[in-house]
Amino acid sequence: MFEIFGLSSTALFGQLLIGLINGAFYAMMSLGVAIIFGMLRIANFVHGAQYMLGAFCAWFLLNLPVLFPGSGLPEIGYWPSLIIAPIVVGVVGIVTEKLFISKVYDLEHAYGVLLTLGLALVIEGLFHVKFGSAGQPYGIPPSLQGGQNLGFMFLPNYRAWVIVASIVICFGTWYSIERTKLGAYLRAATENPVLVQAFGINVPRMLTLTYALGVGLAGLAGVMAAPIYQVSPQMGQSIIIVIFAVVVIGGMGSIFGSIVSGFMLGLIEGLTKVFYPQGSSTVIFVIMAIVLLAKPAGLFGKT
Amino acid sequence: MAHVASHPPVPAQKTGLFAHTELTYLVAFLIIGVVAPYVLYPIFVMKVLCFALFACAYNLIFGYVGLLAFGHAAFFGAAAYVTAHSAKFWGITPEIAILAGTAVATVLGAAIGWLAIRRQGLYFAMITLALAQIVYFYALQAPWTHGEDGIQSVPRGKLFGFIDLNDMMSMYFFVLAVFLIGFAIVHRTIRSPFGQVLKSIRDNEPRALSLGYDTDRYKLMAFTLSAGLSGLAGGTKAIVFQLASLTDVFLFTSADVLLMVLIGGIGTILGPVVGAVTLVTMQNYLAGAGSWVLIIQGAIFVAFILMLRKGIVGTWLEYRETRRRRHVEAAKKAK
Repeated sequence: MFEIFGLSSTALFGQLLIGLINGAFYAMMSLGVAIIFGMLRIANFVHGAQYMLGAFCAWFLLNLPVLFPGSGLPEIGYWPSLIIAPIVVGVVGIVTEKLFISKVYDLEHAYGVLLTLGLALVIEGLFHVKFGSAGQPYGIPPSLQGGQNLGFMFLPNYRAWVIVASIVICFGTWYSIERTKLGAYLRAATENPVLVQAFGINVPRMLTLTYALGVGLAGLAGVMAAPIYQVSPQMGQSIIIVIFAVVVIGGMGSIFGSIVSGFMLGLIEGLTKVFYPQGSSTVIFVIMAIVLLAKPAGLFGKT
Repeated sequence: MAHVASHPPVPAQKTGLFAHTELTYLVAFLIIGVVAPYVLYPIFVMKVLCFALFACAYNLIFGYVGLLAFGHAAFFGAAAYVTAHSAKFWGITPEIAILAGTAVATVLGAAIGWLAIRRQGLYFAMITLALAQIVYFYALQAPWTHGEDGIQSVPRGKLFGFIDLNDMMSMYFFVLAVFLIGFAIVHRTIRSPFGQVLKSIRDNEPRALSLGYDTDRYKLMAFTLSAGLSGLAGGTKAIVFQLASLTDVFLFTSADVLLMVLIGGIGTILGPVVGAVTLVTMQNYLAGAGSWVLIIQGAIFVAFILMLRKGIVGTWLEYRETRRRRHVEAAKKAK
């Protein structure tokens, strides 16, 4: 243990770690928002609610025997949830897209925002009625309990896993959109949907799948967040506004930009918590204002 | 950004300071407003009037400039806090306190607008949302706003130093006057040459720009005016309810005012008023239902977007217009 600027290294690195963890979630969430915005031109206000759905899905799976006693259902743990929850949330996303969101593609952007805002209110409200505002606990999986003493700080295993996993997920998503054939189709479909359709590609289905992908990422982030933050109906409400700011800073529609700014802003937020705690909840919005002044298209956006 | 709502053709209007329809509306509101407190609970009507003014102010930027602002709670709430604080601790009369709140909201609107108009469409929505969040967190943390408690038991005081607003009817008629003035300002703005330019920006910004209009300046002026009037509504609300709280600056208040305009009819003159009456009434009846209020509000959002995008007033105007056309055609055939 040593001191930097009069702070113990454990405190500083502890906050930096929290910042990095938050950043990992910002990156995964804003990635989904950026993909959906880039391809569908929809500002997905339901994203926070879908993140919450992912966390609740994991919680449900873990508590199946308690919720349905006598049905003989097994307890489904963290690792299977990591696969099942994003699929469930993705399927919910497909239904949402088919029933609601696809109806507003041809309308003014404002209607998409209002529609998704309404959906978010309904979903979060329903969970609030059922579970109240108290959070539901979700334990860290046994295989990731404990931690490493790095000398200057203590690194819990689960947090290390979240950071590594989110980097892999973000890179994988970026790669599949920017470097694969399917990704090329997707990008082409946003540039010129009519022409791409003329080549025999089912553009509406691609839009549905894109939405499911973005939403699935939110669900995945929700499962990963469950052991760190409490599983509560409001967990997505505060994060969604920060996510929008992150996406604006990164440059809307820029996938790479949203990943980098997600991690970066998480770290900056953590640092602010150390040096000027009062500013930690607003620092991201202030940075957004500064970025807008200097570079209206965002850090990685094309003008 | 192209037009948000389809808007019925404006009928030929009389020139002069007040157009014909404008006076009709004002007189109608005055009559309804005078009768209302004897039929309904005055506090309830005052709440409706404050939110109706807020919705009219919001409609100015959303309905007539086509900019989806998502942070109007910041102006409404900031004015409520400033009014409440100045009325409670500086011992000034309520109208000066409200004006102080309005002034702060106007300055805040100019600052946020200046930043936000750099981008359009969805970006504009997200930027106003994020900037309003700064105001929210400021209200949460600053010592003078008293965090979760808010500023409570604000004295209503004496209007102009001699009319005691603790009297329910004096308070009521003051609020009615504020609403009518605010409504007249919004209506006058929309019907003015300035308002015509705003509509042209909404319908086709590049063309307005090519005609030599400095569209950014117009947008900023409209945004600032909208913020100031939202502040007027927020300040008045703080005096009526003797309270300024975090709810006033929170995201849901921004969503509420949006929903009012959507329900009533985006870009219609009467829409915001109809929307405010509908939503405040609904919230009043559902006050005991807890979280269900949000669920129902969310469902109304979805239902109006999918089925009734023009809102109540917009749909009615459209219906009247088609019927009028049919009559004209029938008359032509008869000849």
